[in-house]
Amino acid sequence: MTAYILKRLLWLIPVLIVVTAITFFLMHAAPGGPWDRDLSSRQVDENTQRLLNEYYGLDKPLWRQYVAYVIGDFNKEGKFQCGLICGNLGPSYRVRGRNVEDILFEPPEGRPFWYSRAGYSFRLGVLALSIAIFVGVPTGVIAALKQNTFIDYSSLLIATIGISVPSFVMAIFLIIIFASWLHLIPVVPKSWDTVQPWILPALVLGFGTLAYTARLTRSSMLEVLRQDYVRTARAKGLAERTIVIRHMIKNALIPVVTILGPALAALVTGSFIIETMFGFPGMGRAYVQSISQRDYSMILGTTIIYALLVAIANLSVDIVYVLIDPRIKLTE
Amino acid sequence: MAVADSTSPTGSSIIDLEAYTRPSRSLMADAWFRLIRNKASVLGMVIIFLFTIMAIFAPLIAPHNPLQINSGKGYLPPAWVKKSSSGASGEAQFPLGTDTLGRDLLSRVIYGARVSMMVGFVPATIILVVGTTIGLLAGYSGGRADNLLMRMTDVAYAFPDLLFFIIVMVALRDSVIGRLMNGLFLLFFALALVSWVGIARITRGQTLSLKEKEFVEAARSIGAGNVRIMTRHILPNAVGPLIVAAAFLIPNMIITEAILGYLGLGLRPATDPSSFFITSWGSLLLEGQSAINAQPWMLLAPAACVALVVLAFTFLGDGLRDALDPRMRGTQ
Repeated sequence: MTAYILKRLLWLIPVLIVVTAITFFLMHAAPGGPWDRDLSSRQVDENTQRLLNEYYGLDKPLWRQYVAYVIGDFNKEGKFQCGLICGNLGPSYRVRGRNVEDILFEPPEGRPFWYSRAGYSFRLGVLALSIAIFVGVPTGVIAALKQNTFIDYSSLLIATIGISVPSFVMAIFLIIIFASWLHLIPVVPKSWDTVQPWILPALVLGFGTLAYTARLTRSSMLEVLRQDYVRTARAKGLAERTIVIRHMIKNALIPVVTILGPALAALVTGSFIIETMFGFPGMGRAYVQSISQRDYSMILGTTIIYALLVAIANLSVDIVYVLIDPRIKLTE
Repeated sequence: MAVADSTSPTGSSIIDLEAYTRPSRSLMADAWFRLIRNKASVLGMVIIFLFTIMAIFAPLIAPHNPLQINSGKGYLPPAWVKKSSSGASGEAQFPLGTDTLGRDLLSRVIYGARVSMMVGFVPATIILVVGTTIGLLAGYSGGRADNLLMRMTDVAYAFPDLLFFIIVMVALRDSVIGRLMNGLFLLFFALALVSWVGIARITRGQTLSLKEKEFVEAARSIGAGNVRIMTRHILPNAVGPLIVAAAFLIPNMIITEAILGYLGLGLRPATDPSSFFITSWGSLLLEGQSAINAQPWMLLAPAACVALVVLAFTFLGDGLRDALDPRMRGTQ
């Protein structure tokens, strides 16, 4: 078991090296640099530009820059500046004087971490995932227990739509219905301190996962329903409630755990669009803004954070899966 | 496609005999009959067919030139809206209303189908050809090539697709390849670069199990070469899961194009009326997003089109899976 986890953790290293390398070199292939002369910012003269390049090590060969970005490098005064492995993502190319990690993780003055961009996204993600699980699982269980009834068919239909229709299309429809026609919510809320504006983005973000969870729970419940141990439990004269909760749901949920990894990836990628559409002050919107502003270091840093998140999520799901189901053998 | 009666050099007498017994149906014909009995997938096929026709004959179907600017007619609501929040009322000649510049939305949506359908079909074809070839070779030869393929898939699975597309589009959009075909070429390339891995993995898995089968051994014993075994014996038997995978690949491509277009990383807006690709649903979503408060219906039509096409492909894909793999029936 420990060997398996260690092996998987070690395998994470080459994967992350490749991911950061691809991202780093592609971003540096893009035209433009941090001190570019553009209309929107103060002009930087040639000499200052050279000094800045020297200061940030941008005059060094590209491979050296990559090593410096990931591990770190000695600056001119001989002081070691730590890179990605210490959580330093470098200066933003557009928001002058601020580092990428500050923009993403630093809350506004006097507020706790939860009010930083990453904190907002994290809260939205947790809310979306909770909605997905706490609505999706019961829906799947009920649909399976009432197989081939109206409830079953309608939940299957909604689940099929939820799985195939992308979340941003769902968001557009819901915004038009609830904001433009019914005027129940503002299109872009002024404050995110109350619960109400969170409901719609979280629902939209979690809907795909909700649908998938419901469908998977249903099919896995249907399989469990026919198992011998369920018949045994009935024969023992256990109450139906006990059979459903103790014998069926507990076993039926094992495969559902596997989708948590892809679900997190879906939450991450869904969050760009959903946060932008709802004007949500999170990391996803910051990412989209940095794309339109061509803030390369910001794109680079955020991509690496997202890739890391997804890789760790997949790994932990694999480990949890092994832990909760003793029947699974670790072959590799 | 004749699959069941594949190469049998045993002479014509057996085939003649078969003709007298009963009309035999090939595997594919059998699957086809099962497919057209499935109402949802027939509906899906009809929708896909209609959108394809719409894309091909866009100039004949569209009521207006999609680039024609009607000054003073900007931001018109759809024809059925009597009075919008800005005081304008819909006109019958612009059924879905107009955009900022007074360009007809219906015509733009119709032209947008071209890009979306192309994005669905072209990369999917490339991916199928490349992925199948690599998967077949790796699975058949095994050893180092196989190992390399598996390591590549590990990295590809760790890197969230959308992040990779965003990075590639940001980095190379302003380069020479980024300008080919209004940026479509790069989009195709980026989509194909990542997604062949999934197809290769499926093909590899199929090949691994098929190459141990008796009919492969039989073919080899009568002197069939490796190429012949791969193309005539293994590939036809592996084609079922590949068709299903392709049916689910296409809607993914369409969604990705819409998301990238929405982020401003898709097709470059064309101004030349003779260009084949004028606009895409993703670009229309981006235009609509900027006016979401005043003109929410600008988002409605492209979003509905994306949803409809994606649902159609999902229905078709579900039907294909049931038809090609009868064991999967009713267990979705």
